[in-house]
Amino acid sequence: MNIIKVGMADLNICKSPDMITTLGLGSCVGITLYDPVTKIGGLAHVMLPDSTQIRNNTNIAKFADTGIDELLKRVLAAGANRGRLQAKIAGGAKMFAVSGSSDMGRIGDRNAEAARTKLKELGIKLLVDETGLNFGRTIELYCETGELHIKAVGKPEKVV
Amino acid sequence: MINLDEINTVYFDVLKEIGNIGAGNATTALAKMLDMKIDMKVPNVQLLEFKDLAAVISSEDEPVMGILLEVESDIAGSMMFFLELDSAHYLVNKLMFKDPDCRDEFTEIELSALKEIGNIISGSYLSALSSLTNMTITSSIPYLCIDMAGAILSVPAIEFGKYGDKALLIQTEFGDEVRINGYFILLPELDSYEKILNSLGIQI
Repeated sequence: MNIIKVGMADLNICKSPDMITTLGLGSCVGITLYDPVTKIGGLAHVMLPDSTQIRNNTNIAKFADTGIDELLKRVLAAGANRGRLQAKIAGGAKMFAVSGSSDMGRIGDRNAEAARTKLKELGIKLLVDETGLNFGRTIELYCETGELHIKAVGKPEKVV
Repeated sequence: MINLDEINTVYFDVLKEIGNIGAGNATTALAKMLDMKIDMKVPNVQLLEFKDLAAVISSEDEPVMGILLEVESDIAGSMMFFLELDSAHYLVNKLMFKDPDCRDEFTEIELSALKEIGNIISGSYLSALSSLTNMTITSSIPYLCIDMAGAILSVPAIEFGKYGDKALLIQTEFGDEVRINGYFILLPELDSYEKILNSLGIQI
């Protein structure tokens, strides 16, 4: 089994029996797409909700809207079936207890919301939504089984 | 409009110098608090791609300590200070007269001491910046978080991500016989960058 690592503002695809992972999601959101029949999956690690709000938006993997579009394009090109795709999202935490009104305090929620909206718009079923709260997460998508493993400091590993 | 990915080396030097002055300010306070002889310097300022950021401090999923201060008044933004967890334990054990190798979970009072250490170091940097630029700079109470390096770094990376694809990391080294590496990330909002540079007489 090979392990494919996705960095911040990055995305990639993965086929069984390999595993794709991103380490230490904080306020960023990790989105996985998976086709259980062809066992083709993909993972995007997005940092910001909306590419249209940012002038410097050449890195499409950085934004929930353009990142999910590109991830979908890549898994379909690899042979996944659009109708069978299942999405899982994790991350979007609020790492520091800063006052509620500041933009920095709300960015995790906004990222998660943007991912949900985009998936809905594309008609992709959202199976797992492990977002929010105040801790970092490492996620691993095993393409053999479609299982998503979520790890956090001082917490038992979660398989969803 | 300033492009953060094309910041020139003059700006690096200025930030490094501010770091060194700030470090000088912080040593007295820290030496008193920790009851040890301390010297401090800023050996390195780097502009890094997001994907390389966490790896400089630690592995992305290793726990580190981050302290965040919101910056207000003439400039707006925030400032973060990071320590490897091992360094944080070393400082706390020193402060609390505990066994240097103790790695128990931090108590409430130890966390508050760590916040104060972060506050002193960040505050010294900000006051150096303030006196060099003649600007009034105030900061919020410190917020502390211990979690995966990648997760904590996502906070400043997102702020930088609004303007570019790189983040500016200021390394600082302090201590006595044991050297401790800390890292700052200064996160001014975009128009505050221009204010800082203009008041230092740097043309962009």
